[in-house]
Amino acid sequence: MIKAILIFNNHGKPRLIRFYQYFAEDMQQQIIRETFHLVSKRDDNVCNFLEGGSLIGGSDYKLIYRHYATLYFVFCVDSSESELGILDLIQLICFFVSVCVFVETLDKCFENVCELDLIFHMDKVHYILQEVVMGGMVLETNMNEIVAQVELQNRMEKSEGGLSAAPARAVSAVKNMNLPEIPRNINIGDINIKVPSLSPF
Amino acid sequence: MALKIVKGSIDRMFDKNLQDLVRGIRNHKDDEAKYISTCIDEIKQELKQDNIAVKANAVCKLTYLQMLGYDVSWAAFNIVEVMSSSKFTYKRIGYLAASQCFHEGTDVIMLTTNQIRKDLSSPNQYDTGVALTGLSCFVTPDLARDLANDIMTLMSHTKPYIRKKAVLIMYKVFLKYPESLRPAFPRLKEKLEDPDPGVQSAAVNVICELARRNPKNYLSLAPLFFKLMTSSTNNWVLIKIIKLFGALTPLEPRLGKKLIEPLTNLIHSTSAMSLLYECVNTVIAVLISLSSGMPNHSASIQLCVQKLRILIEDSDQNLKYLGLLAMSKILKTHPKSVQSHKDLILQCLDDKDESIRLRALDLLYGMVSKKNLMEIVKKLMLHVDKAEGTTYRDELLTKIIDICSQSNFQYITNFEWYISILVELTRLEGTRHGHLIASQMLDVAIRVKAIRGFAVAQMATLLDNAHLLTGNTQRNGICEVLYAAAWICGEFSEHLEDPMQTLEAMLRPKVATLPGHIQAVYVQNAAKLFATVLRKHDGETESQAAQETSQLLIDRLPLFVQSANLEVQERASCILQLVKYIQKLQQKNVEVAEEVTALFAGELNPVAPKAQKKVPIPEGLDLDAWINEPPSESESEDEKPKAVFAKEEPKHSRSRHTEVDEKELARRREVRKQEQANNPFYIKASPSSQKVYDAPGVEHIPVVQIDLSVPLKVPGMPMSDQYLKLEVERRQKEKAERKKKEKKKKREKRGKERKADSGPESEEDITPAHQVDIVTEEMPENALPSDDDDKDPNDPHKALDIDLDKYVPYCRHLQFIHVLHIVYDIQGNHQDESKVVVSVIFENKSDSFLKSMEFNVLDSLNSKLQRPEGAGAHDSLTVPFQLPPGQDTHAFLFVSSVSVSIVAVCIDCFLMQSDESSTHEKLDFKLHFTCTSYLITTPCYSDAYAKLLESGDLKGSSLRLEGINMPFHHLLARICFHHHFSVVERIDSCASMYSRSIQGHHVCLLVKTTVSIDAKCDEPSLLGNVLDEIKQTFSKC
Repeated sequence: MIKAILIFNNHGKPRLIRFYQYFAEDMQQQIIRETFHLVSKRDDNVCNFLEGGSLIGGSDYKLIYRHYATLYFVFCVDSSESELGILDLIQLICFFVSVCVFVETLDKCFENVCELDLIFHMDKVHYILQEVVMGGMVLETNMNEIVAQVELQNRMEKSEGGLSAAPARAVSAVKNMNLPEIPRNINIGDINIKVPSLSPF
Repeated sequence: MALKIVKGSIDRMFDKNLQDLVRGIRNHKDDEAKYISTCIDEIKQELKQDNIAVKANAVCKLTYLQMLGYDVSWAAFNIVEVMSSSKFTYKRIGYLAASQCFHEGTDVIMLTTNQIRKDLSSPNQYDTGVALTGLSCFVTPDLARDLANDIMTLMSHTKPYIRKKAVLIMYKVFLKYPESLRPAFPRLKEKLEDPDPGVQSAAVNVICELARRNPKNYLSLAPLFFKLMTSSTNNWVLIKIIKLFGALTPLEPRLGKKLIEPLTNLIHSTSAMSLLYECVNTVIAVLISLSSGMPNHSASIQLCVQKLRILIEDSDQNLKYLGLLAMSKILKTHPKSVQSHKDLILQCLDDKDESIRLRALDLLYGMVSKKNLMEIVKKLMLHVDKAEGTTYRDELLTKIIDICSQSNFQYITNFEWYISILVELTRLEGTRHGHLIASQMLDVAIRVKAIRGFAVAQMATLLDNAHLLTGNTQRNGICEVLYAAAWICGEFSEHLEDPMQTLEAMLRPKVATLPGHIQAVYVQNAAKLFATVLRKHDGETESQAAQETSQLLIDRLPLFVQSANLEVQERASCILQLVKYIQKLQQKNVEVAEEVTALFAGELNPVAPKAQKKVPIPEGLDLDAWINEPPSESESEDEKPKAVFAKEEPKHSRSRHTEVDEKELARRREVRKQEQANNPFYIKASPSSQKVYDAPGVEHIPVVQIDLSVPLKVPGMPMSDQYLKLEVERRQKEKAERKKKEKKKKREKRGKERKADSGPESEEDITPAHQVDIVTEEMPENALPSDDDDKDPNDPHKALDIDLDKYVPYCRHLQFIHVLHIVYDIQGNHQDESKVVVSVIFENKSDSFLKSMEFNVLDSLNSKLQRPEGAGAHDSLTVPFQLPPGQDTHAFLFVSSVSVSIVAVCIDCFLMQSDESSTHEKLDFKLHFTCTSYLITTPCYSDAYAKLLESGDLKGSSLRLEGINMPFHHLLARICFHHHFSVVERIDSCASMYSRSIQGHHVCLLVKTTVSIDAKCDEPSLLGNVLDEIKQTFSKC
C-alpha cells in the first residue's frame, strides 16, 4: 500500500500532498517537515530509499523518492510495494504531468517538470494522480490508457465550459498586470459592483 | 431577479480563481498568513452565494489551502453541496476536496450516502469513476455497509474503467466492513481472469493486499496465481503475484518446490530489474521455507547470490542498496554462501551513501562467527576512526556492540579482548551511547566471572583517567562509562591491586562536575572500597593506613554532602556519618573491618528483563477482585488514593482488617525471611553465612590464564589489536597441538574411524581463550512459557481473517455428488428491473475435465431465461468455459422473472474421461427464489419515508427475534446486506429501514435494539415472506 504521496520543493514548501490514511492538518504538515528534513540532506548520488520516517507507519514503511531540479517526489510505502516499481511509477507520473497538464507543449522531457506548472495546476495534477493511484493502491500503469482517460475527462470539462468561463479569464489577465491596489468596491444602493483596478494616470 | 443574476455574474468575474490565489500568495511572501486569512474571508463570502460555479471555485481554492496546512473542515457542508452538482467539472472538484479533508470523524459524511449511490449508478462513467476515487479516500464503516452492494454490482460493469476502480475500492470496503468479504469474494476471484488487463491487475492487487495479512485463507488461489504468473506479461502484476507467493510459501512448502523453476526462468529471462529483484526475493523466501533439508537447491542459492552480487556491484546506488537488503535475507538461512562475499560487503562500508553503509553493517551482524569476529570488529574500529559525522559513528558503535553481544556473547572467545574494545570505544568524542557501553561493561563484568579481575583493572585505569571522559557531561554522553567503572571497581573491589589509589581517584573534587546519578554511584562505591581497604589492613597491628583512609573519606565526602542532587546528598551524609563512627571505633582499636565488609556482602545476580512479567499469578488470586468493599459513591475526593492503594496492594490492606494472631505473624516472618534469602537484591541479615569475600571456593571461579609473557599494553598500538595477534598465535598453537594429538591418536587407534571434526578450522575447533561461564539471567521459578503475542489488537486486517473456502452460509448450495458443486445467489437487477441476476459458482468435483456445460431453464409464464438473440425459446445456454478438476468458476445468468419462487434448471455436463471418450450427465435442480431476491436496495429520504408511513396504504406486521446477542449496528448491517435494505434513519435504540421490490412495493422496517422488528408493506404476502426470511437469516447465526 502507498500511504502518502508528497511533492515539495527544495525549501520544503508543499506542492501537492495526498494522504491515503487520515492525518489531521497539523500532523500532515509535521510529516511533510520531517520527510523534507530526511530527504533534503541526502546527496543526489545516493540511493533513493530511506527508512526511518517515524511519523507514518513505523518499521514496515519506507520512503521512496526522486529529486527533479527543484522538486522532490516522495512516496511513503509499506513492504508490499516493489521499491524499483515505485521508482518507475514516480517517473511515469512526472511524465503524465508534463504530457497531460501541458498538452500544448507536449514536452516529452519529463525531467523538466517545472515547479511553476505544478503550483498553478495542483488540481489537474491531482486528477492525473487519481488515474494512477487510487486509495493507496496502484490502479493503472498503462501509459496510453491513463493519458486517454485524463484527456476524455478534460474534454468533458471543456464541453461544460470549465470552471472559469471566458469573461473571468479576461479579467484575470487584467489582474495579472500587477497594478497597485486601489479600492475596488463601490456601493450603489444594493448593487455591489467590483471595478477592475486601473493604473493611475 | 434579472439584476441579481447580472450582479452574480459580474461578481464572478472578479473572484479569484486558484491561479490567482497561488499568485497572490507568492506575491505576499512577507505577510502570507495575513493574506491567506483575507482570502479565507473572501472564500467564506463566495460559499454563501447561490451560484454553484462560485462555490466550486471557492472549494477548489480551499483544497489548495488545505495543502498548506489550513483546517478547512468548516466548509465540509459546502464541499458536499459541490459534490452533488450535476456538472462533472464541479462534482470532480467537490470529490477532490472531500478526499483531501473528509475522514471518519466528519459528521456531514452521512449526508453523502445517497448522493454517492446516485453517482455510482450514473450513466456517465466518469461520474461513477470520480465517486469511486473519492470514496476510496473517505469510506467509513457506515458508507461501506450501505454501499457494499452497489459497488459489488459495479464490479461487473460493462466498462473496464469502472470495473477496475470498483474492484480496487472493494479492499477499502472490506477493511471497513469485513462482513462484505465473503459474499464479494467469488466475484473478486472471477476478476482475476477478467479480459481487461487493468481489471485483472486491480484484482491481483486487492487479493495480494488481503493475502499479505491472512495468507492461509488464500492458499487455495495458488493454482490460479500460478497460471497468471506463467501467462501474464504485465510486470506490475507479476511483481505483485511474486510478492504474494513469497507470503504464501512459508505456509505450503509444496508450492515452493513448484515455484523454483518458473522463478529461475524469469530471473534468467527478464530485463526488468524490479522483476528480477522480486523474483530473487521470492526464491529466497521459498528456500527459507524449504529449510536446510533440501541440499539440491544449492544451485538456486548460488544463482541468487550471484545475481545479487551483480546488483551490489552495479553503479546504481538503488540496486546496490536492494542487493544488500536481499543478501541479508539469504544470510539468515545460508550464511555460508554469503560469507564468501565478505570482501564485497566490507567494501560497501566505504560507500559514500550512508544507507548503504548501514545495510552493509546489518549484513556484517549476521556474518560474524567465532572465527572472524575479531577481524571484522577490527575493520569496524578502523571505520570508527575514519568516520565523519557523529550519527554514522554512533551507528558503528552500536553495531560493534550488537555484533559482539548478540545471542548472549555467543561469538566472543576472549572477553579480555571485548573489554579492551569497550575501553577503546570510550575514547570516541561526542558519542551519545555512553550508556550503552556502560551497560555492556556491567553486563560482562557481572556475568563473566572469570573476567572480573581484568575488568576491574581496566576500570580502575578509566577512573584514574576520568578527566579524559568528563569533557562531555551531557546526558548519555561518554561520562556514563564512569558509572559502570565506579560500580565495577566498588562491587568487585577484592580484585583491585591498589584499592587505595582507586578510592582516591573516586573522591577527587572534579567528580562533583559529573551528573548526579554518577556521583551517587561514586559515593556508594567509595564506601565499598573503603570496606575493602579496611579488610586489607585487617589484623595488622599498625592500623595507620586504615585510619588514613577514614580520614580521606571524612575530608572529601563533605563536598558531596553539599551536592544539589538529593540522592548524592543522602548517600554522602549517610556514609560520612558511618565513617565518622568507624573512625571513632578505630581510635579505640576495635576490629571493625569484618562488620563494615558485612554491609556490602552478598552476590548480585543478573535478572532477566522479563522476569517480573513472567512471575505466574498464584492460583486463586484474582487481582481485579475487590479486597474490601468498593468505596461508596459519596466518599470524598481526597480519600480516593487510599482506595487505589487498597486495590493495588491487596496483602497489606487485608492484614489491616483481619485479626492477626501471634502464630500467624511468626509464620509470615518465617516466610518473608525465606523470600529474602532467595532474593538477590536483598542484603542478607546473616553475613557470615553468605560472605563472598572470604569464600572464594564457593564459586569455582575458573582460573584465568593470562599469558603474562606478553605485556597487556603495547605502546603506540591499540590494545585490542594485540589480542587479535595473540588470538591468531594461540589458534595456530592449538592447531599444532591438536595435530600432534591427532597424530598420536592415529598412531594409537590406527584403522579406527576418524572423528569428523578434522575439517580445517571449523567453527567447533576454536576453543575459547579461557573457560568462561556466562551466568544466565535469573527467571522466576515456574515462569510461564514465552507468549509474545505482538499482534496489534486494533489491526483492521484481523477482522478480515475469514476462511473463504467455507461456503457462504446464506448463499444456497447444491451438491451433485462427484460431479458439480454449485453455489448461487440471486439479486434484483439495477439496470433492468424486470430481471433478476443469478450468479452461480460451479466447482468441478469430479476427477475429470469438464469439457462443456449447457444450462437451460424451463421457461414458464413468470420466468424466462435470457438467451442470446436469435436463439429459440428452448435452446440451452452454453457456459463459456471449461473446468479442470478441482477448480471453480463464476457465471451470471439473467432471468426475466416476476414473483416466482422456484425455477427449474437443467444442466448438461460433458465430462472428458480420456482423450477421446466423454460422458454426459444430466443434472436437474431448482433455484429457490426468495422474496429478498426481488428487493432492490433503494435510498429513501426520511421525509419521503414519513409520508409513506402516513399514507396509510401499508399493512403492518411484527416479528421478535430471540437469542440474538450481536451489536445493534451488526444486526442492521446484516439486514442491509442479506435482505437489500437501506437505513433511512437511526435514532439511539431503533432504526428505520427501507427497501423496494422490483414491482414497486414498498417495505418499511422499524428495528429496535430489543430485537423486535415492526414491518409495514403494501403487499401483505410479500411482507410475511420477507419477515420469514429475516427470521431464517438470524436463526442461522
